[in-house]
Amino acid sequence: MFDREQLERISELKEMWEKELEDLKEREQPAETVSGQPIKMLYTPLDTGALDYETELGFPGRYPYTRGVQPNMYRGRLWTMRQFSGFGDAYDSNRRYRYLLEQGQTGLSVAFDMPTLMGYDSDSDRSIGEVGRCGVAVDSLKDMEILFDQIPLDQVTTSMTINGPAAILWCMYLATAEKQGVSLDRVGGTIQNDILKEYTAQKSWIFPPEPSMRLITDIFAFASDHVPKWNTISISGYHIREAGSTAVQELAFTLADGFAYVEAGINAGLDVDRFAPRLSFFFNSHSDFFEEVCKYRAARRIWARRMKEKYGAKDSRSLKMRFHTQTAGCSLTAQDPENNIVRTAYEALSAVLGGTQSLHTNSMDEVLALPTEKAVKIALRTQQILAYETGVANTIDPLAGSYFVEAMTDKMEAGAEEYFQKIDDLGGVLPAIDHGFFQQEIADAAYEYQKAVDRGDRIVVGVNRYCSGEAPEIEILKIDPEVERKQLERLQRLKEERDGNRVSACLEELKRCAVSGENLIPKILEAVRAYATEGEITAALKEVFGEYKEKPLF
Amino acid sequence: MEDRTIRVLVAKPGLDGHDRGVKVVARGLRDAGMEVIYTGLHQTPQQVVETALQEDVDVVGLSILSGAHMTLVPRIKEMLKENGLDDVLLLVGGIIPEEDAEKLTSEGHADRVFTPGEPLKKITACIFDWFKAKPGS
Repeated sequence: MFDREQLERISELKEMWEKELEDLKEREQPAETVSGQPIKMLYTPLDTGALDYETELGFPGRYPYTRGVQPNMYRGRLWTMRQFSGFGDAYDSNRRYRYLLEQGQTGLSVAFDMPTLMGYDSDSDRSIGEVGRCGVAVDSLKDMEILFDQIPLDQVTTSMTINGPAAILWCMYLATAEKQGVSLDRVGGTIQNDILKEYTAQKSWIFPPEPSMRLITDIFAFASDHVPKWNTISISGYHIREAGSTAVQELAFTLADGFAYVEAGINAGLDVDRFAPRLSFFFNSHSDFFEEVCKYRAARRIWARRMKEKYGAKDSRSLKMRFHTQTAGCSLTAQDPENNIVRTAYEALSAVLGGTQSLHTNSMDEVLALPTEKAVKIALRTQQILAYETGVANTIDPLAGSYFVEAMTDKMEAGAEEYFQKIDDLGGVLPAIDHGFFQQEIADAAYEYQKAVDRGDRIVVGVNRYCSGEAPEIEILKIDPEVERKQLERLQRLKEERDGNRVSACLEELKRCAVSGENLIPKILEAVRAYATEGEITAALKEVFGEYKEKPLF
Repeated sequence: MEDRTIRVLVAKPGLDGHDRGVKVVARGLRDAGMEVIYTGLHQTPQQVVETALQEDVDVVGLSILSGAHMTLVPRIKEMLKENGLDDVLLLVGGIIPEEDAEKLTSEGHADRVFTPGEPLKKITACIFDWFKAKPGS
């Protein structure tokens, strides 16, 4: 962007400026990002001199997509405002979804309870005390029908955070759509379905890696034939970051997982352009504003380049990284929870300036419990104010061309490439998981961060500086213990009323296919239609696939 | 005070997979000179108590972020007692609303509850102080 003469002149001027700095004192707090990346006092054309506009940035909607995946970005359509939500039983959550839609939310996002995430029914011994606690309890198609009662599935898109048992819950959703008279080709949404980050970060797994990857490629194949508007996976950095990683680790590990799914699809015999257009991503938006913006920009560029150059994708949709963002739960503080409204607003701003396709803004009370209706309304209003009042959606990628932002974007990309090399050296993502590589990297980063907070090197307002010492006076959502009892009763009734022989036959057929290697999705769909429960389907598959066990390390 | 290393079991009971906190605490306690055993994830109350018994620990630390604390903590406390481990210091950490934390300690289900934002040194100090004051120590 600058010629050599200009750069030499800038270099001379910079030396003069540096002389002036010699007598000036710097603040004691280290100038580094929340991830510990050192930041210079000033960035100039010397940091970006070699930047080639066409190859590094390009135009929105054009390769390498650094500036955004759509040609018109938010001038065409704003991001989807999608608040992650679910608690109690399907009736409770259905009420909350309808409330959120009435308040102007534009998509749904389902949080399931722990037993559902782990493939257990509410009546399992493992589920005691957990039913409906940190999400909604769903045992069978019956619960899914209640969950989406009066919500037309051809008009809203739904994202479901479900991984180990993703295929089962997805089939329940599809069967619910069928019951509403909505054909599968009109159903849109996302399943998280990202098992690799479960092994490294979120830790809600069921089966070992190999059969888990097969379920995922079965979903890719079934969706491309029957549910073309569905995002079959949401490759997630969010949980990696929440588990304590740095921004570069989040970027690198998420993309490495993404490439591992692409390779799995190709190895399963699918053409890359048949499934890659439906791959989507999910990132965290942490508190360091510029680091986050640069992370999103680098992510798009890395994905596009590798998909084109390494995996030979030709369809431009395969090259476009579309992603959802959630503000960082781990940045919230239990002390002075109202401060979390402010944190979340800044984090939402960086996600939008980074070109996110959809956004969840955390509620101020999520560090204490699931959010109350009032808290979630403020969180949604934060997005609406951002979208309609601040003007940030008027122009595309407005931070591009900043010496700092471009230098930092390059640095994040280079940092990710270094990690890709380390992962390759370990033999790929699955062997690296087996080595505990990601787990150890994340645990190390989390510990370093905590020590920095404890030392006071990293200031967290209300926690180690500016502490008011007042107990929070905010309302907390309580889950009625009756929820568990009622859910058990409903499940009992379902088991008595359904055709038990049909359920058994479906489960036998499922096991047969698990062994034979046929696509499992049509069989799971059949079992779900017969009201086989999630726990029954999971148990049948466990008989064939076994269960994953982690080596505990810290 | 006995001149020996304090043995701590840190455990993740229930189905909750959030292990950032438990791992940070485990390391902090180890760096403070304690012997730390980590159960790994998805432990039943039975498994936690069995490990406590086998490892002959002084302290059990439970990490729960799934909201199941009011069920899991009293169960584990009960089972510890049944197995003659009444003298073990039982600590709890996680997303625990104040009202619940108060109930867990006042009703004797746990000795102390730590909530988000607590510095590591507060947890280590709590354990050292208890160990020093322990009868027979």
